Amino acid sequence: MLDQVLPKYKVLRDEDECVQCNICVKECANDVHGLRKERGTLRADHAKCVNCQRCVFMCPTHALAITRWPQVDAGSENWTLRYMQDIAKQAQTGGVLLSSMGNPELYPLYWDKLLLNASQVTNPSIDPLREPMETRVFLGSRPGMLKVNEREQRIVSPMPIQLKLDVPIMFSAMSFGSISLNTQRCLALAARELGTYFNTGEGGFHEDLEQFGENAIVQVASGRFGVSPHYLNAGAAVEIKIGQGAKPGIGGHLPGEKINAEVSGTRMIPEGTDAISPAPHHDIYSIEDLRQLIFSIKEATRYAKPILVKIAAVHNIAAIASGIARAGADIIVIDGFRGGTGAAPKRIRDNAGIPIELALASVDQRLREEGIRSTVSLVASGSIRSSADIVRAIALGADAVSIASAALIAIGCHQCGDCSSGKCNWGITTQRPELTCRLDPEEASRRVVNLIRGWNHEIQEMMGGMGINAIDSLRGNRLMLRGVGLNEKELEILGVKHAGE
Amino acid sequence: MRIPSGCAIAAIMDRSGKRHDGTDILRSIALMHERSNGLGGGFAAYGIYPEYEDLYAFHIMYETPEARSAAEEYLGAYFLVEKQERIPTQEVTSIKNPPDIWRYFAAVHPMKLNMSGLDEAEYTMRHVFHVNSQIQGAFVASSGKNMGAFKGVGYPEDIGEFYRIQDYEAWAWTAHGRFPTNTPGWWGGAHPFTLLNWSVVHNGEISSYDANRRYVEQFGYRCELQTDTEVITYLFDLLARRHGLSQEMAAHIMTASSWDDIDRMPPDQAAFETALRTTYSSALVNGPFSIIVGSEEGLLALNDRLKLRALMTAEKDSIVYLASEQAAIEVVRPDAQNMRPIEGGVPFVVQLDEVAARKRACPAENQPYEAALTHETGVMPPRRQESVHA
Repeated sequence: MLDQVLPKYKVLRDEDECVQCNICVKECANDVHGLRKERGTLRADHAKCVNCQRCVFMCPTHALAITRWPQVDAGSENWTLRYMQDIAKQAQTGGVLLSSMGNPELYPLYWDKLLLNASQVTNPSIDPLREPMETRVFLGSRPGMLKVNEREQRIVSPMPIQLKLDVPIMFSAMSFGSISLNTQRCLALAARELGTYFNTGEGGFHEDLEQFGENAIVQVASGRFGVSPHYLNAGAAVEIKIGQGAKPGIGGHLPGEKINAEVSGTRMIPEGTDAISPAPHHDIYSIEDLRQLIFSIKEATRYAKPILVKIAAVHNIAAIASGIARAGADIIVIDGFRGGTGAAPKRIRDNAGIPIELALASVDQRLREEGIRSTVSLVASGSIRSSADIVRAIALGADAVSIASAALIAIGCHQCGDCSSGKCNWGITTQRPELTCRLDPEEASRRVVNLIRGWNHEIQEMMGGMGINAIDSLRGNRLMLRGVGLNEKELEILGVKHAGE
Repeated sequence: MRIPSGCAIAAIMDRSGKRHDGTDILRSIALMHERSNGLGGGFAAYGIYPEYEDLYAFHIMYETPEARSAAEEYLGAYFLVEKQERIPTQEVTSIKNPPDIWRYFAAVHPMKLNMSGLDEAEYTMRHVFHVNSQIQGAFVASSGKNMGAFKGVGYPEDIGEFYRIQDYEAWAWTAHGRFPTNTPGWWGGAHPFTLLNWSVVHNGEISSYDANRRYVEQFGYRCELQTDTEVITYLFDLLARRHGLSQEMAAHIMTASSWDDIDRMPPDQAAFETALRTTYSSALVNGPFSIIVGSEEGLLALNDRLKLRALMTAEKDSIVYLASEQAAIEVVRPDAQNMRPIEGGVPFVVQLDEVAARKRACPAENQPYEAALTHETGVMPPRRQESVHA
């Protein structure tokens, strides 16, 4: 039968501007652009375009632009072109629809419905240019109470090891394999410069990056790729990944095309084979099993590394997080359903999980009701788009946030969502040498550093406006937030008042 | 619900423990009339009930006779009341509709205390919370031993006259004149705010209020009284009474050293300060404030880290004066010496001589009365002694 899949995008070329320099042809790994032999002009194979916009930015005469494919559907609000195209694809292949990056669907975005407070008259706002404005955060578990010797100014009870963040922002897990080594090096450089942490993801720790160990969090996920005693001790902390916001309940799949010699060595798997992380950890079928893994890793690292446990935000998140705290995790990472991914089944990405805002608020509240919030750290991730989102997350109860998509956007990602093809024209989610060399790690890291520094300045400005000079006083300070356009139940879960109250 | 307010505060204490009547504190706070707006004033006095020093002195305000019978029935069930009486007051034209104000000298019911599994202070605190939150129209103004709070809606000098505070003799007095930015219109909302032996007078606004509130509420405190002063009181109770830290250390935690300063410290001291800041990060108090905390040990004055509120101190012989304005000290003691401002974030401690001597002899480690919450904190467990077989 006829292939009924339409192109998603249409490449618009301004023939008057095009100088036929062929840069677009060379830049596009998807082979969209080509020479029209008979006329000697350039043409585009629209069906291959993923809208990564590489050609648009590289075109010296701005002759190129991408637009949506103009075909309209039959006008039904139900049978939209999108759903019909998905059916066409599956009717053709019988497969699961794959997607990348975060959930793009139109669900409520609670960040945008939370407004920030500022001081007027009764309480002076604080000028961050004149007064110290502290954004340093420590992550780790704490005793509920300290035993100290006040005269000698020393701690009597031992203090668990902590991660020190000079900015309340870390980089979320992205494995070498899903992203290029240059991209990981860029994040490692930025983390070191900023005094924070990047995360190896489940892809092992490439030997060239081990010099960044003090700023690295190494991940143990269900596939256990690259895990060895050396690996566990190579970073500053170890993260056990239970789930990911983009694909709660399922594992990972790195296609064999991305497993070249370097990736294969770091992951400890044969070259060219698919790297499949099972949906669950097959040694964790229950909370007590998680406790065993946490303490196995603590033993293996001689209690010198904090253990993070990362979970996807799902329906019963509050009880799950409480269990994780009691299982001995030092830091709980909650990943919301808008979080990105290198590859996930589309239906899961678009339909499973819950928003990070609600998950974070209910976890923070539950841990407080149980009296254990101050003994464990909480990190929120899953689509933090700006410094204002970070201020909101911390006011809802997070100690810090993790970002990934925003950092990638800073270095060229245009959210085309084609990561799993391994043909990223920006050199980010690819292993092809001719593409990875497009990303200069030093230059890229400067952009990431700029972004985080800019955000941190903005956080300081917003805190100063609230009359707060340390981020400690923002954490869980929900009176600094007011909801707009939210119903009673939403306000109750978020623990905020409505604007005007 | 929280009502921000600006204020005047003052305190006078004789370190020797010698008692003085309320005349001076009244004159001192009256001078700062412009700093209050007639919507709240009050005093806390320590050492006023020496004949009942072992008993809790509950000062309770009632809006209705029903509230009084309900509260008295409740008190009777959990405490042994030695004596109860109306607190003597005198009419002052500017004081309108005062509640019916009583005091009770009571001991805890020994059997019920035993069954509760709590210590005496915790037991008393919970019953105070119960009266305040569950008995409509009843409000416990103070619940300490050998101390009391006298407060209400009005200018502080009128409140003082109303309660006849010149008739009481105390070794420490604190006073408060309130300038709330809207009208609570109720006597319980006036300051000093008290719990057990703690009393706090506070000038300023706590921008970290909700972070602090949600921290202390984990440990059984309930912030329901429309004032951010109560959260400071609970922080002191948590850190000093329950965790056994000194009041000075509690105050230091609430106005912790800046990271810039910590980074310049020798490693051991930096580790100590870092441990304090990380463990008690939610106890950091932010926003413009000056407070004077009273307790059985004496007074503690504290300013926010940036020093956004005025607070002066001076002394004469064994008497220490504190006030929002220098003039409020000079009006009662023109010859006061060593007049100076309290530094931002540096606790200023005035202890009774007898308490200071006792503290010096105490061990330097804090002795918390309750075990910390058991939680796996990930510290390397002590090495097991393996038995060696030949």
